[in-house]
Amino acid sequence: MRVSVSWLREYVDLPADLPTGDLEQALVDLGIEVESVVDLAGSVTGQLVVGEVREIEELTGFKKPIRFCRVDVGAANGTGEPQEIVCGARNFAVGDRVVVILPGGVLPGGFAIGARKTYGHNSAGMICSAKELGLGDDHSGIIVLPSDVAAKPGDDARPVVGLDDVVLELEITPDRGYALSLRGLARELSHAFDVPLRDPALAPAPRGTETPAYPVEVRDPVGCDRFTARLVRGVDPTAPTPAWMAKRLVTAGIRSISLPVDITNYVMLELGQPMHAFDADRIVGPLVVRRAEAGEKLTTLDGVNRVLTADDMVICDDTGPISLAAVMGGETSEVVADTTTVLFEAAHWDPAMVGRTARRHKLFSEAAKRWERGVDPAVALVALERAVGLLTEHGGGTPGAEILDIDHVRPRTPITLPADLPSRRVGVEYPPARVVALLERVGCTVAQGADRLSEDPGAVGVASGAGVALSVTPPSWRPDLTDPADLVEEVVRLDGYDRVPSVLPTAPPGRGLTPRQRRRRAVAGSLAERGYVEVLAHPFVSPELADQLGLPADDSRRPAVRLANPLSEEEPLLRTTLLGPLLGILKRNLGRGHRDLALYEIGAVFHPRPGAGSPPAMGVDRRPTDAEFAAADAVVPAQPVHVAVVLAGDLDPAGWWGAGRPAGWADAIEAARDVLAAAGIPDERVEVRAAEYAPWHPGRCAELRVDDTVVGHAGELHPTVVAALELPRRTCAMELDLDALPPTPVTPAPTVSGFPPALIDVALVVDDSVPAEQVRRALEAGAGELLEDVRLFDVYSGAQLGDGRRSLAYKLTFRAPDRTLTVEEAVAARDAAVAVAAERVGATLRGA
Amino acid sequence: MSYRNDPYDPKQVALLDPAALAEAVADATKAFEAAADPDALTALRSVHLGDRSPVSLARREIGALPPAAKSDAGKRVNEARRAIESAYAERAEVVEREQAERVLVEERVDVTLPYARRPRGARHPLSTLMESISDLFVGMGYEVAEGPEVDLEWVNFDALNIPADHPARGLMDTFHIAPEGSGLVLRTHTSTVQTRTMLSRKPPIYVIVPGRVYRTDEIDATHSPVFHQAEGLVVDKGITMAHLRGTLDHFARAMFGPEAKTRWRPHYFPFTEPSAEFDVWFPEHRDGPQWVEWGGCGMVNPRVLRACGVDPEVYSGFAFGMGIDRTLMVRHGVSDIRHLFEGDVRFSRALGTGA
Repeated sequence: MRVSVSWLREYVDLPADLPTGDLEQALVDLGIEVESVVDLAGSVTGQLVVGEVREIEELTGFKKPIRFCRVDVGAANGTGEPQEIVCGARNFAVGDRVVVILPGGVLPGGFAIGARKTYGHNSAGMICSAKELGLGDDHSGIIVLPSDVAAKPGDDARPVVGLDDVVLELEITPDRGYALSLRGLARELSHAFDVPLRDPALAPAPRGTETPAYPVEVRDPVGCDRFTARLVRGVDPTAPTPAWMAKRLVTAGIRSISLPVDITNYVMLELGQPMHAFDADRIVGPLVVRRAEAGEKLTTLDGVNRVLTADDMVICDDTGPISLAAVMGGETSEVVADTTTVLFEAAHWDPAMVGRTARRHKLFSEAAKRWERGVDPAVALVALERAVGLLTEHGGGTPGAEILDIDHVRPRTPITLPADLPSRRVGVEYPPARVVALLERVGCTVAQGADRLSEDPGAVGVASGAGVALSVTPPSWRPDLTDPADLVEEVVRLDGYDRVPSVLPTAPPGRGLTPRQRRRRAVAGSLAERGYVEVLAHPFVSPELADQLGLPADDSRRPAVRLANPLSEEEPLLRTTLLGPLLGILKRNLGRGHRDLALYEIGAVFHPRPGAGSPPAMGVDRRPTDAEFAAADAVVPAQPVHVAVVLAGDLDPAGWWGAGRPAGWADAIEAARDVLAAAGIPDERVEVRAAEYAPWHPGRCAELRVDDTVVGHAGELHPTVVAALELPRRTCAMELDLDALPPTPVTPAPTVSGFPPALIDVALVVDDSVPAEQVRRALEAGAGELLEDVRLFDVYSGAQLGDGRRSLAYKLTFRAPDRTLTVEEAVAARDAAVAVAAERVGATLRGA
Repeated sequence: MSYRNDPYDPKQVALLDPAALAEAVADATKAFEAAADPDALTALRSVHLGDRSPVSLARREIGALPPAAKSDAGKRVNEARRAIESAYAERAEVVEREQAERVLVEERVDVTLPYARRPRGARHPLSTLMESISDLFVGMGYEVAEGPEVDLEWVNFDALNIPADHPARGLMDTFHIAPEGSGLVLRTHTSTVQTRTMLSRKPPIYVIVPGRVYRTDEIDATHSPVFHQAEGLVVDKGITMAHLRGTLDHFARAMFGPEAKTRWRPHYFPFTEPSAEFDVWFPEHRDGPQWVEWGGCGMVNPRVLRACGVDPEVYSGFAFGMGIDRTLMVRHGVSDIRHLFEGDVRFSRALGTGA
């Protein structure tokens, strides 16, 4: 909402020399956000003065007629001599008073004014148009001051043309519709500065008459609980909107259309009551206010042909709907260029209905905005009277004697407020008298409500408890005040939020982070320490991603949660794997010239619940039962937290120390194993197996199992995937489901022996098809308890081994807890290990 | 000295002559002094102390002396030998020390060679900031609560006193989950976890909720459809706005330094009443000490308590929430929110190790 301070001053006696900063602070302290404060006085710098035209010399011989003028600017130019100015406008005569900017001044837009020679004459300064001063769009001529303006040559012209005003742009929170009016803002400022308010809603207004102004039937008094109307006949259709009114509308961001329509908008700004002006001669028969029939059609003022639903409300005549109630009028009954009979309507509509209609039809008009936030149902007749008065004053015509008022407004029910509740909730001692005074200030009627204690303490209340109970009836313009808590806010708001002291509460002893939270931190830290860089990708993905990743038709990562209103139609799905968005970030980094990349992300993936349907409806008047909430919760997609890494380029860079080492499939698997170790899963419960799983290379993909449950995959990406996503060759990746991991066990401490180890190397020849992991497990199983460590230190294949065979060389470390092993003991253990390897995987000792 | 009674060959005992021995000592000492390094010195040892050295030969001559002269001669030879050995040891110590010093000089390297053999990894600064916020509140006895990112509309709106037709719901710019009527949204705030926490446990409740939230904002320098919030919720007996202020003041000082201050502006949130927006002032702001908007807060609306099964006649509570992305940007002078989500490794590497 944009308003000028001068307009506000018509209703509230603000201090005369109020600095704009203080005004802004006052509004902020009241909970009204100030988006901007434009001090128009500062928009034109230098000398802007009133001048009186003394002489006009018409210059000819140029492309357009030009005038050379001598203008009396009093003593403003320092000489007292008339100022010589060349001017292209012609809408003035000798003796007219005009607005002159003298050399050295700067107009809005940084347009500096000087003295120069033009059209053969010296021109020192400029005679200004309204547009040049930033006062409007009128550039048809210069400003000629009306004869009733008291100003003499040399006076500062700013106050004369309205350049002394300050324009506020305010953001009003959705609970306070009343503040979307001058009336409401003036009320708030009267609180802030403790100055009198002249409430325009208190203006006298005649009440409804026996005979209606126009036949109207309200068929749905819930959707429309008040409808008032009055006719004005014989209006001059050519009468223009007065300039001051148009200026205030333009300031508020509302276009000037015609006098009757401008008046409805002006009254809306002034009183907060949205209105409508019908051309009564274009209405056929009586009016009916009702719900629309589903499928009914109406062409609204914006020219859009709208199909209505049974929830919308319409105003109809014999031809059908002529207005989408509370939101926008229709074309067939609007005021037009030759309208002479105006029917003003001021009604009161159900805010929820208006909100739904506005959203359904995407019609967020100024009226709809106010309805949704709450309009005072008591102000309709005052608004009607104000509109009729403005129209007859500026457009002539005669108001009809009849006034229609169909009033179904229900009186407000009082709220029971324990007088000490504000103190108990805020932590500031407010004596009951102070509470009453503050509530009365915002317009509430407060009574000692002891006799009401036995009644319903309000929709949502706090037990009255000991002490005084107040019975508070909020004013008609505050539909937002319904609960004791709302009244508490009014008390602390007007008393000042800055008075609330600072006290730390004492929480009971906590249990710290959960094991799951600690695990996530450990995993994140371990990857970062190993050189991976954490990124946070957006989870939005395209439907094509599943194909690009080569996911099979029945893959569990194909069904995805879909957004009804995605930001980009290309990416309407939520990720089912971290890899898609993470590979996207990898590509962005490559595009920015980074070559060697190791990235990771920890985040949720989303799996829809098949056949979940809609959650059951749940109210808010009580807690849902556990069964009700469980049924609703079962609809929420599964959202396990995954960890993924992607690798491209060198993992160890080349440098003065030697060559680099490209990242490979083994690094991805190592990352997965590191994550499992950081997650506290003991090595012996982790198994790595070859797997074929998209999007990995079928020959270079490992699945990671913990206790025989697959928890993720790692390796090199499938060449087809690499090509489809335009990734560097041999890009590698890993993804694990952190939520699939078992809880971290309490690890039993190992026996650390102080006796020396026995080291024995053993080279085993096995078939190529035998995974090293199996060989290791066989050696471990065979070696028995003396085995401390098995390390594969060489893999060799060559002609001498025969086709399809390879040699795996292991370093076995044996150690006993209680003695130094003899050579015989170590050899026996070695032999036992080899024997099991021979039996399980057909291994033979190399060279044997 | 007189050995006249004994057969005596002056030529044979010439080396035992005191002058000769003195000369041998002088020669050896001089030669040792000339040795430049341990190897050269070692080579001289056999010359001056070895089997064929003058002192060794002199010792052999003792046998030819008459018994009376043997003792005297032996003493002389031993003295000479000790003198040579001592000269050797002295010199050895010197050349070895010099040698060791030379090695240290020769082995000098350029320690300024680039050392980035293992490129450094990094946490994302938002992650570290969320963790430090969590740690701050865990230290105060809070627990870190979490909830799903896709959640029930009822949890995100209805239970928080944002009914279907309320304009506040329209202001949230919500991502809805298809199909229509799914009853699901991408959570628009971490306040969903308020609902879930109150549904799942009994007061006293002291939780901090860091997490990811979503709004349908087009991406630009200050907007992202994905961003992060931290939300605090306290529900206990006798909780007041003063407790809220105390908590926010402590939070502000922990995030922005001991001189940080907060201030409140009345505001509207459906789930709190009274409500406020809060600003923080701190001296180290990039553009000088000033107030910046930080978040929203208020006393939990009794309607919310009731919908979540907490008796508002027994308990009261406060809640606050702020943008973590915004906090990071204000604290570190990040000018464009896109840096947080584009994943450029330069960004995380620069900020991700100690937010």
